Amino acid sequence: MRFLLVEDNGDLGRSVQKRLSLDGHAVDWVQSITDAEDHLAITGYDLILLDIMLPDGDGRGFLASHRRAQRDTPVIVMTARSAVSDRVALLDTGADDYITKPFDFAELEARCRAVLRRRGGAAQTQIHYADLSFDPLSASVTVAGDARELRNREMRLLEILISTPGRIHSKSQLCDRLFSFAETVSDNAIEVYVGRLRKKLAGSEARIETVRGVGYRLTAP
Amino acid sequence: MTLRFQPSIRRRLMIQLLAVAALLAILLYLMVRTVVRDAVESSHDRILGAAALEIADQLRAADEGVEIDIPYSAFSMLGSVSQDRVFYRIVTNGETITGYPDLPDPPQDANLLNPAYYSSEFREMQVRVAAVERSILVERSPVRVVVMVAQTRQGQAAVVATMANRAAALGLGFFVVATLLSLLTATSVLHPLRRLAQAVGRRGPQDLRPVTDTTPSELAPFVSSLNDFISRLRVALSRTETFIAEAAHHIRTPLATVRAQAEIALRQASDSDSRESLHQMIRAVEDSARTASQLLDHAAVIYRTDQRDDATLDLSALVRAVVQAFEPAAEIKDIELALSLPAGQVRLRCDRLMVESALRNLIDNAIKYSPFDSCIRIALAKDRRTTTVTVADSGRGLCGASTYELGRRFVRGSNVDDVVGSGLGLTIVREVAAAHGGTFEITDRKGGGACARLLLPLR
Repeated sequence: MRFLLVEDNGDLGRSVQKRLSLDGHAVDWVQSITDAEDHLAITGYDLILLDIMLPDGDGRGFLASHRRAQRDTPVIVMTARSAVSDRVALLDTGADDYITKPFDFAELEARCRAVLRRRGGAAQTQIHYADLSFDPLSASVTVAGDARELRNREMRLLEILISTPGRIHSKSQLCDRLFSFAETVSDNAIEVYVGRLRKKLAGSEARIETVRGVGYRLTAP
Repeated sequence: MTLRFQPSIRRRLMIQLLAVAALLAILLYLMVRTVVRDAVESSHDRILGAAALEIADQLRAADEGVEIDIPYSAFSMLGSVSQDRVFYRIVTNGETITGYPDLPDPPQDANLLNPAYYSSEFREMQVRVAAVERSILVERSPVRVVVMVAQTRQGQAAVVATMANRAAALGLGFFVVATLLSLLTATSVLHPLRRLAQAVGRRGPQDLRPVTDTTPSELAPFVSSLNDFISRLRVALSRTETFIAEAAHHIRTPLATVRAQAEIALRQASDSDSRESLHQMIRAVEDSARTASQLLDHAAVIYRTDQRDDATLDLSALVRAVVQAFEPAAEIKDIELALSLPAGQVRLRCDRLMVESALRNLIDNAIKYSPFDSCIRIALAKDRRTTTVTVADSGRGLCGASTYELGRRFVRGSNVDDVVGSGLGLTIVREVAAAHGGTFEITDRKGGGACARLLLPLR
């Protein structure tokens, strides 16, 4: 996904940009509302991640003018406030969703997906590999045209594997991306999901290969 | 802080009003008595004078002096007035010709052409005397004749005493009526003051609107300085709120950086020791952020308990919205949020933010303690009097802890080891329930897991 990150705090902006690009997203990071407007005028984004307190104005003002201009890029507000009243006010201003700092990137991703799904999908997200056709937004996968339904973790596991076919992912790497970091999970939990995904993808040319002692990879003949 | 009270305004007002009333009552009494005495005396004088004139009219010149034939009708006129004794004396040229010679003379300077009246003492009795002088020509030379008629004053005194008693009764009556009126006055004069005190006293701590109740102009300086004070307080409070918001911002932003950096480091770390440290770091960040949020929520709920902002809303829609907001969080753990709502709206009069806080905490808790791939059932039900929100998970349950224990601040279950939390969530739910006259309970489910039930009365 292509993100526009509007965050004036240098450290946080850099970290979020880096963290999101680790998951394969393209992130343009700006530090002011003026820069954000400039970027939006030139580039199309799937999602805007917006901080509220910015040096050249209140993010809520940007949000309001963004909505008035009838631009339909969804906005997720990153807020440092957590009071229920602030949240209600944010959603009333036209934010699609909000996430409270400090945030769990897994949750941020889930929220982005939910927002995009609600909006009917912004970008073409179909990924093809062998006879697999995968749409992470709608969490639908077809095996040689045959639709299979995936649950969230299975879908995310497939997304990781299918975006870098042939590459070996260690159990711990997969764990990091599938589970919230606030949860304590043993690396073996990943085996359960690999097992399920294999079952769902039964009959496909593509298969999830176990590389003993190292991890897993998606391969096709 | 001790307040020292001066005597109450009401008491001071009463004492002053009563003193004035007593003074007026005494004056009334004295005045009535004087007027009555004067009136009785002057009417009596007129009779005395008439009697004296009648006698004087009978004076005529005789061969060797003055002759008089006392007309007894003159005395009968006096006798009809009272039982008092009557005396008379007729003097020519300083010589008593008839009557009581020791009846006192009129004052030297009195003009006796018309009857003159004076009070005097005669034979140890108080008497009132009318004296009139006539000049009779005796052998062509005028002779001065003075006729004096006196009467004791017992009858007069009796009349005056009777009237004075009535005057006293009148004064007393006046005093009683004045007492009642001053009581009423003191109460009604102080009424605006009391109303103002009640209007200010009824306010919750968050109600910092200026006082707009209509007050008498005498209270205007007080009200305006009260309003000044309120507005200063409001400014101070809003500054504090802004400060808290900014403080939260300044704390949460670096926490977010720490968390993001820790996740990045975790992606790149391969040895299990550093991975474990990073995990702990993330959990600590999560923990402190969550505690901060819940402390804020808890404070908000407590404030709002005092200063409610009630409105009628559809609880169904609110539950649906809150559940929807938690979908992504549940999705990460492959938890299904199964929602069942009654047909139609559930109209509930409540403070939206408080109820929303309670719902969020219930669902957040359920997600936190639920295992992967499980289902949380959220049901809203209503009967004629109440509506119940039930949140049932299949997590680890309560391990025997009671709603009461878990509802206490910072108390957490005994089986929460690896789950971050502040111990404030259920406290918030319980306080919201209590503030709305409802109840909250959380119990173990038979097949494992916990079932939280929030019951709110439909008013």
